[in-house]
Amino acid sequence: MSEYMLETRELGISFGGLKAAQDVNLKIKKNALYGLIGPNGAGKTTVFNLLTGVYKPTTGTFYLDGENLTGKSAIEINKRGIARTFQNIRLFSNMSVIDNVLVGMGNQSHCNLFESIFRLPRYWKTEKELRAKARELLRVFGLDEERRTVASNLPYGKQRKLEIARALATNPKLLLLDEPAAGMNPQETAELMETICFVRDHFDMTILLIEHDMSLVSGICDELTVLNFGTTLATGPVAEVLSNPEVVKAYLGD
Amino acid sequence: MNTLINGLCLGGIYALIALGYTMVYGIAKMLNFAHGDIIMVGAYTIFSTLALMGHPIPAVIVAVVVCTVLGLLTERVAYRPLRGASPLAVLITAIGVSYLLQSIAQLIYGSKSQSVSMGNLGSVTLFNNVSVSISSILTLGLCLIIMVALTLFVKKTKVGCAMLAVSEDRAAAQLMGINVNGIITLTFAIGSALAAFASTFYLMQIPSVTPTLGSMPGIKAFTAAVIGGIGSIPGAMIGGILLGVIEKFALSVPVLAPYTTAIEFGLLIVILLFRPTGLLGKKRREKV
Amino acid sequence: MNAQQKLPAEKKKIKLKHYINYLLILALLIPFSITGLAGNIKGSTSLLLTQIAYSMILAVSLNLVVGFLGELSLGHAGFMCVGAYLGGYFANQMHAVIGSKLVVLILSALVGGLMAALFGLLIGLPTLRLKGDYLAIVTLAFGEIVRTVFMNQEIFGGALGLDTQKYGKTLYIAALVFAIVTVFVAQNLMRSKHGRAIQAIRDNEIAARAMGVNITYYKLAVFVIAAFFAGIAGVIYAHNTTPVDYGFFSFNYSIEILVMVVLGGMGNITGSLLAATVLTFINVKLTTQLSGDLAALKFLLYALILILMVMWNNAPKLAGLRAKVNFRNLVLWIKQTVFRLTHKTPEGGEEPPTNAAWDKIPTKIEMDAVLSTDLKPDRSFEADKPQAPTKGDKQ
Repeated sequence: MSEYMLETRELGISFGGLKAAQDVNLKIKKNALYGLIGPNGAGKTTVFNLLTGVYKPTTGTFYLDGENLTGKSAIEINKRGIARTFQNIRLFSNMSVIDNVLVGMGNQSHCNLFESIFRLPRYWKTEKELRAKARELLRVFGLDEERRTVASNLPYGKQRKLEIARALATNPKLLLLDEPAAGMNPQETAELMETICFVRDHFDMTILLIEHDMSLVSGICDELTVLNFGTTLATGPVAEVLSNPEVVKAYLGD
Repeated sequence: MNTLINGLCLGGIYALIALGYTMVYGIAKMLNFAHGDIIMVGAYTIFSTLALMGHPIPAVIVAVVVCTVLGLLTERVAYRPLRGASPLAVLITAIGVSYLLQSIAQLIYGSKSQSVSMGNLGSVTLFNNVSVSISSILTLGLCLIIMVALTLFVKKTKVGCAMLAVSEDRAAAQLMGINVNGIITLTFAIGSALAAFASTFYLMQIPSVTPTLGSMPGIKAFTAAVIGGIGSIPGAMIGGILLGVIEKFALSVPVLAPYTTAIEFGLLIVILLFRPTGLLGKKRREKV
Repeated sequence: MNAQQKLPAEKKKIKLKHYINYLLILALLIPFSITGLAGNIKGSTSLLLTQIAYSMILAVSLNLVVGFLGELSLGHAGFMCVGAYLGGYFANQMHAVIGSKLVVLILSALVGGLMAALFGLLIGLPTLRLKGDYLAIVTLAFGEIVRTVFMNQEIFGGALGLDTQKYGKTLYIAALVFAIVTVFVAQNLMRSKHGRAIQAIRDNEIAARAMGVNITYYKLAVFVIAAFFAGIAGVIYAHNTTPVDYGFFSFNYSIEILVMVVLGGMGNITGSLLAATVLTFINVKLTTQLSGDLAALKFLLYALILILMVMWNNAPKLAGLRAKVNFRNLVLWIKQTVFRLTHKTPEGGEEPPTNAAWDKIPTKIEMDAVLSTDLKPDRSFEADKPQAPTKGDKQ
C-alpha cells in the first residue's frame, strides 16, 4: 500500500467566485497525529467537508491509503475508512449512548431489512456481536455505565467523547476531529489530549485534527499544516511551523 | 378571454394569501397552516358587521382589525412558546390552530353556508364586447397595489430592512440590536391584515361563507407560494396568478374540470422536482 | 486500565415493554373473539372493533414516518384510499372466483398494501429529497390528487363510490390480527440496525450521513412500509364499509391519524395503539351522537390535543417542568407513596426506595441547577451582616 494514510494533491473547491480552499497538499503518514490550524475562515472545516464527501472538490484529488476517493459519496468514503466529528456537536440527541455508537457500527452488520423484521438467526448473531463491540468501545471511553442515558443528557465533555467513540465505531483508518477541545476548560483539554493519544495508540489510528488551542496542538501533534484564506501557509513539524514568521503574522498580524 | 380575466382575478386573491404565507415563512421560518382560516374569520367578521351596519366599507375595516388582532394572538399564544423547537412541532401546532379556528367558527355560526352580499358594483364592457365586472377590476387593481406597496415597504424602509435581516440570520439580527420578536409579530400582523383583504375580495367573487372557506384557498395559496419560491414576494405573485389562471382554464375544459385540483397539485410536484426551491426561490445550503 | 475486567452482562430477562403492544391488542382480540365466534357480538361492537383495528394500523404506520423518521406526511389517508379502492376492486373480482371470504380478504389486503406501497415508492422517489414543510405540502397534495383521480373513474363507481361486499361480523378478528402484524413489523424494524439508522436520520441528518447511513434508502423504505400498511388499513375499510367513499379519505382524515400519533407520543408505538383506541372510541361513541354543528366539538378536541400535546412536549420553556413531571417520575412517586403507606415507620424510619439507576442519570436540569448554585453568592457570608432595609420599608 501507500506510505501515506492520506494524501491530497492540489485539493480545492470554489463556491461561485470564492475559493474556500485551494491547492491543499497534505501528506499524512500512517499512525500520525496531524494538525490543521489557521485563523477563522481559513478553510479548515471546508477541507474536512471535502474529505468526507459533504462537498465534491472542484480541483485536485485525494487518496486514502493509496486509494483514490475523489468525488465519492459520503457513504462510500465512510465505508472506505474516513470518519469524523463535528465542530458543533452533532450527536443523535434523542437516542441512547449505546445506540449512538451502534449507528456508527451499522456498516459492519450485513443484516438486511427482511432479516431484521423477521428476527432471523443472523439478526440475533450480528446484534449480539455489535452490542459487545459497542460496549467494549464505550468502556474504553468510560461511558459504559451511562450507555442507556439519552445522549443529550450527557455532560458536555462526555458528549465530545461520545462523538469520538461514535466515529471510531465506523471502523475507520483515518479519524478527522473538528475542534475537539472547543468549549473545554484546561483540565478537560488535558484529559482530551490523553484520550486522543490513547486512541491513536490503542486503535492504531491516523488522526487529522483541527484545533485552535495551541497547547493541544503543540502538545500532541507530530506535524502541522497552517491554512490561511484557503491556501497552505506552512507545513512541517510542529516546532518549525509555529516559529515560521509567516504563521506568526497570520495569527497576530503585523 | 373571460376565463383569463376570471383566472387573473382568482390568481390575485391567491397571490394575496400567498403573500401572507411567504412573508411569515420567510421571516418566522414556519408554515402558518392557520393562515387560510384567518381568511375565514375575516369573512365571518364581514358577514356579521354587514348584518349590523349594512355597509361594506366599515365591515372591511373591522375585518382588518379583527384579523390583525387574531394573527397577533395566535403568534403570541401558539407559536412564540415554540420558538426554537423543531419545525415539525411548530407545523403540527399550526395545523392545530387551523382546526381550532374552524371548529370555533362552526360552533358559533353553524356549518351551513351563509350568503354575504357585498353589493353589486355593476360591470363595464371593454373592447371586443367582453363584459368585466367592476369588482373583478377592483380586485386585480387593489391586489397589484398592495403587492407593490409591500415590495417597496420591504425594500425601502428601515423596518423592511430589519425584516430581511431577521429572515437571513435571526441570531445575527438580534446581535445587531433588532427586536426579533417584534419583527416576527409585525410580520404576522401584516400577513393577517392581507388575509382580511383577501377575504374581502373572495366574498366579492363568491358571496357565501362557511367555516371551511379558508382551508382550500389556503392550501392552494400555499401551493402557489411554494411554486413561486417561498420567501419571495414576486414569487408569491407569479405563483398565485399562475395557479388562478390554470384553475379557471382547467375548469372551463369539460374533460379536465374534474381533475382541476389534481392538476394544480400535480404542477406543484412537478415544479418542486425540477426546482426544489420554487421558481424564484433562493437555494440554501445547510452549514456543516 | 484493566483490560481483563469483565463487563457486567446485559440482563437476560423478558421485558414487559417488548410485549406490551401485543398484549394490548390481544386484550381486545381474545375476549371479543370468544364471544364473536360464538355469534354473540353486537353489530355495533364489531364495527367499533374493526374501526379501532384499522386506526391502530394507520397510527402505527404514520408514526414510523412522523415519530421515527421525523418527516411530516399529510397524505396518509391518500395511501389508505389507494388500498381501499384497488384492494376493494380486486376483492370484488375475486369473490366470483374464490369462495372463502377470508382468503379473499387476505389476498386483497396484500394487493391493496402492495399497490399503496407502489404509490409510496412513486411519490417518495422524487419527493423525499425535499425537506420538512415542503414534503408535508407535497404529501398533502398527493392525498388530494389520489382522491380526485379515483373519484372520477367510472370503473370505481365514480362519484357514487366503489360498491364492495361486506365481510361480515367477524371482520374485526382479522383486522386485529393485521394490527398485530403491523406492530410486529414496526417494532422489530425499529429495534434493529435499520431502526437505529432511521432514528439517527431524524436526530441529525448530517451526522447520520457522515456515519455512513444511506439517507435516501431509509427514507424511502420507511415511506413505502408505512404506505403498505396504510393500504392494508384501506382494504379493511373497504371490507367494512360500502360503498368506499372518496370523501372519507380527505385531508381531515390524514389529520385525524396525525392526532392519534401526536396524542400517543412521537416514536411511541404503545402510545399510538392507545390513542387510536381512545380516539376511535370517542369518535364513534360520543361525536356521532352529537347532532349537527355540535360535531365541531370533535375538531375542537383534536385541535386542543394537537396544540397542547406539542406545546407540552416541545416548548423550550417547559423543559424544566417536563423533566420533573413525566411518566418515570410518576411511577417512582407511586412506588414511594405505596411504600410509605405500607411501611408505616415511625420518625427516623428508613428512606423510601429510590430508583437508583434513574437517580444516577444527570438530567439537563440538574446540570443547570449545579451551575447556577455555583454562581450564587455565598449565603452564609451574608448572614452575619445586619439585614439591610428593603425599599418597601422606607419610612
